Parts: sequence; structure tokens; C-alpha cells
Amino acid sequence: MIMKHWYKIISVLIIFYTLVWGLLNPVPRLDILNETIRNVYYHVPIWFAMLFMMSVSLIYSIKALSTNKLTDDIKGYNAAVVGFFFSIPGLLTGSVWAKFTWTTWWTFQDPKLNGVAISILIYLAYFILRFSIIDELKRARISAVYNVFAFVMMNVFIMILPRLTDSLHPGNGGNPAFAKYDLDSNMRMVFYPAVIGWLLFSFWLFQIKNRISFLNNKLDD
Amino acid sequence: MIRNILVFLLIFCSIALNAQENQGPNMADTFRNDGKIYVVISVISIIFFSIVLFLIYLERKIKRLEDKLKDH
Repeated sequence: MIMKHWYKIISVLIIFYTLVWGLLNPVPRLDILNETIRNVYYHVPIWFAMLFMMSVSLIYSIKALSTNKLTDDIKGYNAAVVGFFFSIPGLLTGSVWAKFTWTTWWTFQDPKLNGVAISILIYLAYFILRFSIIDELKRARISAVYNVFAFVMMNVFIMILPRLTDSLHPGNGGNPAFAKYDLDSNMRMVFYPAVIGWLLFSFWLFQIKNRISFLNNKLDD
Repeated sequence: MIRNILVFLLIFCSIALNAQENQGPNMADTFRNDGKIYVVISVISIIFFSIVLFLIYLERKIKRLEDKLKDH
């Protein structure tokens, strides 16, 4: 029982730890940011979980292309759905945080925000592409190829372009990266576990989604 | 003697409290001193654990369906 569910138990314990200690532990006292610096424990790991799920989706898409197995195709799609699901709270939390530190819900000055918006549209197109092809094998191949393209474009828009220009986000365009927070070992004690916890949590959701899909497939047969 | 110690302790406490009123950026110090932060933490915990319980309930339901389909 524990062998099967170990990662779920670990993820719940770790996330619970970050929820409690993330509010209690001492953080650097910075102007403008003030206590909102604690959002690093919650907002950032959500995005990491999204990137992780999109990577899983990429791996299964490539696998589906090489093996031609429909199960790999479905797993790739499910991972993209879970990743997409994580991007929504990521966007909303970022928006709230921006309102109280950058004084606006959304700014087109920040290349990272624009990049995220474009990436979300790219993945929406992926879902629409899938729904529009009825033939299963054809759908698997075409959407897998598109998924590879979508992943690369997302990385260009989220990871590369913001680093080339000015950005309000830390770690981009000359802003200090996590190095500034990382100097504070108190924050590191919560931030890194939070990332691991949310990655495992996203994997749990991914497994649930997979099992539902396979049940559906079996019922259709 | 006891009075002297008491006075000393009180002065020490007030100095310690004063020292906590920092001049730097505003942080939720009073919020934390009141101890009410634990209310927030318990609310967050309740929400989180209800989501986890719901996930576990979902998993059990899926497991039952899987077993049912296996029998067929």
C-alpha cells in the first residue's frame, strides 16, 4: 500500500509543511515586497509544476511518435491538461501579487506575462487540434508533432525571451535571480521542498487523469 | 529583592519589545505577535486536507471501477 502511494504521501506532507512554515518562518525584510515575498513558496512552485507537466507531456508525445501506441498519446494529452490546469492558478496568483507590488493586475511591459499568455494560447490550440481530428491514429501523430513544437515555443516565450529583455520578474533581464532569495537559507528551507511537493502533487493528478482515461477507453471497447 | 528582579525583568521585556518594532520595511509583526496567524494556518490546512481527502475518495472510486471492469 505504501509502496504504491509513497509519492502522494510525501507530496501531501511536504506541501502541508510549506503551508504552515511558509507563513511562520522569518523572511528578508524588503520594501514594496514586504510579506508578499512569501508568495515565492506558493506562486513559483505552481509554475514549476506546470513546466514539469508540459515536459512529461513532451516525453510521452515523443514516445507516442516512436512507438505508435495510443496509450502514450493519451498520457501525453493528460499531462498537458494537468499542466494547463496549473497555469490557471499560476496566472491568477501572479496577477494578485502584481496588483499589490507592481500596482497592476496585468502589464504588457513584462515579457514573461506576454510569453505566458502566448504559451497558453499555443496549448489551447493543441487541445483544439486534438478535438478536431476524429481518427485516433492520425490524431495521435499530428498532435504529438504539434506538442513538440508547442513545448519548444513555450520555452522560448517563458524562459528565453524574458531573459533577453527587461522584465519585472526576478532572474530576467538583469534583475537579480533567485540568487537574491537563495542567500536567505530560511527561504530555501521552504522553497525547495515546496517545488518538490508540488511536482509530486501534479504527478498524482496526472495519474488520476490517466486512470479515468483508461477506464473510459475500456468502456468504449 | 524580588521586587528588584521583577522591575529588571519588566524593563528587559519592554526593551525587547521595543527592539522588535523595527524601523525597516513594514512586515506583519503585530499579526504574528497576536498569535492569530495560527487561525489562518488552520484555515489553509483545512482547505488543503479537504482537497486531499477528496482526491483520495476519487482514487478509491476509480479503483472500484477498475476492479469492476477487470471482472468482466
